[in-house]
Amino acid sequence: MVKLPNDVAIRVENIHKNFHLPHHNEDSLKSKVITLFEKKDKEIDTQHALRGINFDIKKGEFFGILGRNGSGKSTLLKIISEIYQPTKGKVYRQGSLVAFIELGVGFNPQLTGRENVYLNAALLGFSRKEIDEFYDEVVEFSELQDHMEQKLKNYSSGMKVRLAFAVAIQAHADILVLDEVLAVGDADFQRKCYNYFKELKNERKTIIFVSHSMGLVREYCDRAVLIEDGKISHQGSADDIAEEYLRLFNKPQYEKEQAAKAAAERSKERWGSGEVQFVSITTDITPSELTVVIEVEGNAAVNDVTIGLDIYAVHADKKILTTGVEDTIQRKHSFTINKGEHKTFRYTFENLFGYGDYSITASLKSPGGDYIYNYWRDAASFSDPKRTTKYFPTVYPVKIEEK
Amino acid sequence: MKKLTWRQIKARYRYSVILLKELVRTDFKVRYQGSVLGYLWSLLRPLFMFIILYFIFVYFLKIGKGIPHWPVALLLGIVMWNFFTEITNQGLRSIVNKGGVIRKINFPKYIIILSASISALINLLINLVIIAIFIAVNHVPLTWAMLMIPLFIVEMFMFAIGCAFILSTVYVKYRDVNFVWDIIIQGAFYASAVLFPLSRVATSSAFAAKVMLLNPAAQAIQDARHFLLPATMPSANDYIHHAGILLIPFAIILVVFVFGAIYFRKRSPHFAEEI
Repeated sequence: MVKLPNDVAIRVENIHKNFHLPHHNEDSLKSKVITLFEKKDKEIDTQHALRGINFDIKKGEFFGILGRNGSGKSTLLKIISEIYQPTKGKVYRQGSLVAFIELGVGFNPQLTGRENVYLNAALLGFSRKEIDEFYDEVVEFSELQDHMEQKLKNYSSGMKVRLAFAVAIQAHADILVLDEVLAVGDADFQRKCYNYFKELKNERKTIIFVSHSMGLVREYCDRAVLIEDGKISHQGSADDIAEEYLRLFNKPQYEKEQAAKAAAERSKERWGSGEVQFVSITTDITPSELTVVIEVEGNAAVNDVTIGLDIYAVHADKKILTTGVEDTIQRKHSFTINKGEHKTFRYTFENLFGYGDYSITASLKSPGGDYIYNYWRDAASFSDPKRTTKYFPTVYPVKIEEK
Repeated sequence: MKKLTWRQIKARYRYSVILLKELVRTDFKVRYQGSVLGYLWSLLRPLFMFIILYFIFVYFLKIGKGIPHWPVALLLGIVMWNFFTEITNQGLRSIVNKGGVIRKINFPKYIIILSASISALINLLINLVIIAIFIAVNHVPLTWAMLMIPLFIVEMFMFAIGCAFILSTVYVKYRDVNFVWDIIIQGAFYASAVLFPLSRVATSSAFAAKVMLLNPAAQAIQDARHFLLPATMPSANDYIHHAGILLIPFAIILVVFVFGAIYFRKRSPHFAEEI
């Protein structure tokens, strides 16, 4: 047995915890007998919940344990509270400990509120005589004066929590383990919780606190550890660890959001390898003609660049015309550009569009279309006020000229 | 120095005692929830059971014919047997039933087994009161020997607790135990000579009677009956006549109890994660 320094309340030393998750349901003798014969892969599903946790908690410290769901912090809390046994390592402790993994442990719905106070408090280590002394206080705090002789099954969940919390704050151990469960309930009740935390802090009690609320951690905790994947990833002041936690928590989600946003942005605007790119695309429409003027710029010397123009009927939500593909235009047009060179092309379409709004998506690509230099979605738009549509030919009349 | 030690012992078991009291109290309260007569049922139920059995055995089955006051001895045997099955059956499920609490708070787990057995103990006391009524009604001669009966009840208690420790621990991992124990209890009921006097067995095979008396439950019931009716019911000693063999049932109880306690103590820290 290691003798702890006087100022240390809890020493967590090299704690490991493995859970064995059997493949088969080993709950019955039959399967046990069966597994006796097929010895293979019995230990394959070992889950390493904790992998070497070390820290000291000083007396009078408000100590936070942070971590995402599944990081192992609840397991650690249960090991400190002696509910679970560590696979390896040891927890040393000076002083008595009361753990609140959950409020109202042992509450029996068949009993009255009053009887449940005695039952719950007995689990926290109080004798009947001691409970008699603080019983009125519990009733007052829970504000359940009129309900104490009712059965618990007739309580609302809020009432249950209030009653459980009123009993919990009577617990007086040297070390208290508080899981985040304490901070539930309505705003009024939460205020009571916070007052209780404040009181504990003022009394310089040793508190081990687990919460997902960084506000609470920052406000009350002196020090904290961050558990990641069964190990302590950060250890330090509550502020630092809270920040670390938020960063950790937000990282993947934040990145995903950013990536999605950027992708959305890009698809709306432009993307591509960039050897050649659009500078501007302007349109001009008359009853007989649509003129599209395209200015491109070369960032490298490229041969055989094709301009593709997709014209969408916005009002009908469909693509009606594509250039740069032989079967629609029949006049495949490609050009060569040098680095730093600007070129302007004018496409003149006979106006056969008809009444509606149109949008042009433009692309610069290799002749096969499989290499995209620059893609510009909704690069330009135009409206045809003309009431009539003449006809829509399979080969669209267009004139392409380089200026 | 000695005073301090006593205080230490008290401090050490303070929590256990508080918990035990509260669990037993809860158990009793919950059991008679919603019934009009409430606690009275724990008296009425065995009373009517006994009246039925009494009539069946005295007027119809006549198994113990020729043994004066056999029905009273029969009742004592049934009460002791029920005591044993109640402790083992309740004990077997008790740890798993309290799983919710075990997973949330650390406390001495043996308290759960004890609380289950104390409920049975209270039922036993009520039943003994009813037996006292039958003793009075039947004019069974009162003797000092009757004071020996509690010894065998304690013996039965130790045996049952030892079994409950083992059963409840195994049950946490293997729920089959529940069914296995059901079958064993059925068999053991007849092997313990509860419904018939052992003398009936002895008349056809003295050896069979001796073997049956190696079973602690049979021996405890037989000896309790002997001290209830010393003149008519032979003791285990009367059948066996051998000090060494006579000790076997006690040795079994000792082994079961010690092994059960150690096994339970060793496994109980893991209950929280195994339930």
